Amino acid sequence: MKRREPLTNTQLLMTIAIGIFIGMYALAMAFLGGGFLKAQQFFDILNDNSFLILLGCALTIVMIGGGINISVGGVVGLTVMACALYLNGTNIENSTLSISVTLLLALGIGLAFGIGQGFLISYMEIQPFIVTLAGMFLARGLTTMLSIYPVKVTHEGFKELVKQKLQIPFLGYIAKNGNLIPAKLEIGAIVALVMLILTWYLLKHVKLGRDIYALGGNQQSALMLGINVKRSRFLSYVISGFLSGLAGFVYLLHMPAGKADTANASEMDAIAASIIGGTLLTGGVGNVFGTFFGVLILATIKKIIVLSPLNDSWWQDMASGAMLGFFILLQSIVLSTREKRKIKAADKAALQKG
Amino acid sequence: MNAKKTRKAGGIGQLMIPLIALGVLILFNLIRDPGFFSISLSNTGVLTGNLVSVIDSASELAIIAMGMTLVTASCGGQDISVGAVGAIAGSIFVCTLQAMGRITIWSVILGIIFCIGVAIMFCCFNGTLVSVFKIQPMIATLILFSCGRSIAYWFSGSATPQLSSPIIVAMGITIPGIPVPTPIFAVVLMGILLSLVFRFTNLRLYTQSVGINQGAARLNGINPVMIKMLSFVILGVCVAIAGVIGVSRIGQIAHQTLLVEIEMDAILAVAIGGNSLGGGRFRVVGSVIGAYIIKMLTITLYAMSVAPANVKAYKAIVIILIVLAGSPVIRNRAAVLLNRFRIGKETKAAAKGVN
Amino acid sequence: MQNDTILTMRGIDKQFPGTRALSKVDFTLRKGEIHALMGENGAGKSTLIKVLTGVYEKDGGSIWLEGVEGEAHIHSPQDAQKLGIATVYQEITLCPNLTVAENMYIGRTEGQIVPWKEYEKKATALLNNLGIPARAKQELNHCSLAVQQMVAIARAVDMNCKVLILDEPTSSLDDKEVEMLFSLMRDLKSRGVGIIFVTHFLEQVYEVSDRITVLRNGELVGEYAIEDLPQVELVAKMMGKDLHDLSDLEQIGSKHKAEDEIIYEAQKISSSESKPFDFSIHKGEVNGFTGLLGSGRSESVRAIFGADRVTGGKVKMKGKEVKISKPHDAMKAGIGYLPEDRKKDGIIADLSVRENIILALQVMRGFFRPMSKAQMEAFADEYIKALNIKTASQDTLVGSLSGGNQQKVILARWLLTHPDYLILDEPTRGIDVGTKLEIQKLVLKLAAEENMSITFISSEIEEMLRTCSRLIVMRDRNIVGELTGDQLTQAQVMKTIAGGGQ
Repeated sequence: MKRREPLTNTQLLMTIAIGIFIGMYALAMAFLGGGFLKAQQFFDILNDNSFLILLGCALTIVMIGGGINISVGGVVGLTVMACALYLNGTNIENSTLSISVTLLLALGIGLAFGIGQGFLISYMEIQPFIVTLAGMFLARGLTTMLSIYPVKVTHEGFKELVKQKLQIPFLGYIAKNGNLIPAKLEIGAIVALVMLILTWYLLKHVKLGRDIYALGGNQQSALMLGINVKRSRFLSYVISGFLSGLAGFVYLLHMPAGKADTANASEMDAIAASIIGGTLLTGGVGNVFGTFFGVLILATIKKIIVLSPLNDSWWQDMASGAMLGFFILLQSIVLSTREKRKIKAADKAALQKG
Repeated sequence: MNAKKTRKAGGIGQLMIPLIALGVLILFNLIRDPGFFSISLSNTGVLTGNLVSVIDSASELAIIAMGMTLVTASCGGQDISVGAVGAIAGSIFVCTLQAMGRITIWSVILGIIFCIGVAIMFCCFNGTLVSVFKIQPMIATLILFSCGRSIAYWFSGSATPQLSSPIIVAMGITIPGIPVPTPIFAVVLMGILLSLVFRFTNLRLYTQSVGINQGAARLNGINPVMIKMLSFVILGVCVAIAGVIGVSRIGQIAHQTLLVEIEMDAILAVAIGGNSLGGGRFRVVGSVIGAYIIKMLTITLYAMSVAPANVKAYKAIVIILIVLAGSPVIRNRAAVLLNRFRIGKETKAAAKGVN
Repeated sequence: MQNDTILTMRGIDKQFPGTRALSKVDFTLRKGEIHALMGENGAGKSTLIKVLTGVYEKDGGSIWLEGVEGEAHIHSPQDAQKLGIATVYQEITLCPNLTVAENMYIGRTEGQIVPWKEYEKKATALLNNLGIPARAKQELNHCSLAVQQMVAIARAVDMNCKVLILDEPTSSLDDKEVEMLFSLMRDLKSRGVGIIFVTHFLEQVYEVSDRITVLRNGELVGEYAIEDLPQVELVAKMMGKDLHDLSDLEQIGSKHKAEDEIIYEAQKISSSESKPFDFSIHKGEVNGFTGLLGSGRSESVRAIFGADRVTGGKVKMKGKEVKISKPHDAMKAGIGYLPEDRKKDGIIADLSVRENIILALQVMRGFFRPMSKAQMEAFADEYIKALNIKTASQDTLVGSLSGGNQQKVILARWLLTHPDYLILDEPTRGIDVGTKLEIQKLVLKLAAEENMSITFISSEIEEMLRTCSRLIVMRDRNIVGELTGDQLTQAQVMKTIAGGGQ
């Protein structure tokens, strides 16, 4: 007797997000045409938002564990500034080496924040919102301490790296002069996609990932089931920090300059993307692929506004706010009707048994 | 938590750590600069000094923290859209004044009523999502957080006209002849109002019941939806007042910077005040003390000539220290140590007794 | 020490701030034995078990386990699991968002990669083996509570544990499921597993156990073979009374003759959770709803109180028609309701005893008419004394009281409103024998002295037979019979529930 299991809440919410993204994109192609008909448009969305995909992963992991991390944007800002300053100040001749050190610096900053915050939240039992809020303040404060003025990367090797793009000829288009212009994917986007898959694997197939789900599902139960709750929570923040550090590096690859307000409020974008993708703030439910589509939905909305007659930054905010509201309500309604149906089904089963 | 310890309600326990933190800050300043708190009367007849500027500049934060405490207690979550809603309220205030033409006492009162109404409306939008649709407050208010300032812009447009009127100056800075900055009166007024509400209604009991156990509260005849909405309505009033103060201070509406990032400080104030961010029991006084701690810290850092942009980093460290002192782990450790000390003393005393 | 001993606990001490939960408790478990751990609420059973499973750290004493050199050190649930101690708690301690299979294996596998295929194969085999109606890939929150409990046991079974602790595993199961559980326990026993069984149901103890250890006030009373300790004596040991004090166990008071006046009358009342039914109660009458778990008895009284969404029906209070669509309406009409689930629906844990007691009365007085502090204190004082609530002070948070005292606080809350009609849904569940008796006595007294109408629901039929003069029997959400007078015998009730009555 083989029977298909009903969709879990995670799968259901993610399916809705994917469906709406495809629908939205198709509508954009049909009515706005132009750029949306080219594959490059989609790749541009990936290129522009690669750091946000990483931040989305960072948020999804902690949110599945029932926590929150609002320091990620600040960490990106700090990382970008620190890396830019390091690159400009370095006098190492070997450019590969200096770039590697930069990467290590980025990851180190992220990890340091992850470890510190994870320790305070998990072992000192302080509310994650407060800890990561303080983390955000700290990161932003340190950023301005490094430099109040914008710092443009002048390191030749790194600038070379920024220009590196993966060319995909068969998704390209023919320009007016008859030349084939291949679709281009930046290194940052590739890194983001690889990390996305790794994070998915971690959450789905690695013991730690499952422990984080259990922790978010019911912390007390997780403890009784023999899961090291504190360590799992700690590690979820460490990974989150690591991913934010990496996001900072990726940001620098996309836009090689440090500023005091780099990635301002991007933590809220990442939270919004996670929620749209079906991650619940209450924990235990969520999936990074959903988050990926959440990022795409938010980015596509903004692109559509830009190409539409309403091209104004405040319309973009309104549209993404409305989109978020729509998803939140939809999820609330879907989940509550599902809950009701489940209770009815359980009743039926009880009656049949009795 | 599950331990069979007898825990008591009430008392000053919750306020211990914020009060100590405030005390330490004051002491630190006194040691650093004995004249730090000196207050003088300026030649325009206004009190000036660091203490005055702390209390004055904390006004908006203290008022919003009051409302935030109630929302936190009843919903077990925080409203992160207060800054944005405050900007909307400020825009409405300015729009009303402009529409009325001349700025008179009556147009100002009408403007305040109008902006309170609009702020309540927006907070009720949040409240509905939270109480009826059962969405986590932080998520529900993320919507207005991300588009609220755009809505404010939509109301008032890009123009930021100057509200030049002695009435506005009186509201935002000082009333001629009275040496205390007006915003401080607003805090006192809100505090008195709120304590009257607590005194003559069951708001505290109902809010705490809903925050602790919503199902049980309902079975005892309390309507959780109404109580949550009510807390959002009160927050709406607070936000509107804060918005008006903010506008009056500079005499214009700056929808991008009015009350910017105040949501984070307000949540911090609630937490520093010893309130659980998970809802339930609350002390509004704690949050107000929290607000003054935050501002005191900022002014202290300014006085130590820390660049304004860098203040955040130091603030973060102090905040962590304060919440760390109140964290269950540290408290338990301290209790164990204290116990050991006491037992040691007792055994020593007993040994002496035998001798 | 004998050879077949698998667990020895000696001189276990555990202190909480303000109270001594365990002092010098000994406990011994042998191979292939079902050992009941008995005691009233607050006797220290849960504490002892939590010490054994590493949730709490003991303050003194030592634990030895078979196959472990020297003393066993248990500092966390993981340690306990590694040493072969498995626990099934009363509240489901699984994760609702994971699959059945995962819930069975998480937290106790080696290796960093999750072997999904293997999990599913092993889980399916085990579920079939134990006859549990669940699928390995099913998400746990799609299962009924009983099945979830069975999954928890399956997890414990699969661990090849030496010691299996069952902490009130039967409280959410119906008779059939309990029987299933017992056969599982006997099966494990024959495989040499030592089982520690904690329950409040005395009959169940005598049905499966070999030995009994009794605790009282955190101290050991004694360890007995089941055949040496008759039920009455067990109760005496638990309560710390001599046998002759217990003569009033059976005779808790006489039933009061109800008056003719009908207090509450409902026609075709229904809610989102219950089917339409007719019901009425006379002044001073004590009646009860009985039936198996899930028969709809709780849902019916919830419909009367307006606790669920009311969907229809006519209600008369003292002959006058009233509309009851939410709890507040019912309270205004003079109805009180003590809910089935004390923790979830009853107490407001972080409020003080005083606030919990005055809550319902305060709500009835209205939002704008708060009581004065002195008034609250007087009321709380009165009922703490009247119901003999054991609390350090009025300001103590109710969540830190024992279960029985929490129940009394809720009872006080409703008595304070002086209702005409009081509904008590399982007021005696999960509390100690002494308090159970007190509550039953109180019910009879209220009916006799204050002419209060009371609906009393309990899973233990003897309690209902002792207190009720009329029993409404439910099956599958329908009323299937009504018993009064001579019909009020255990046999007749059983027959009606089973469907052979009338």
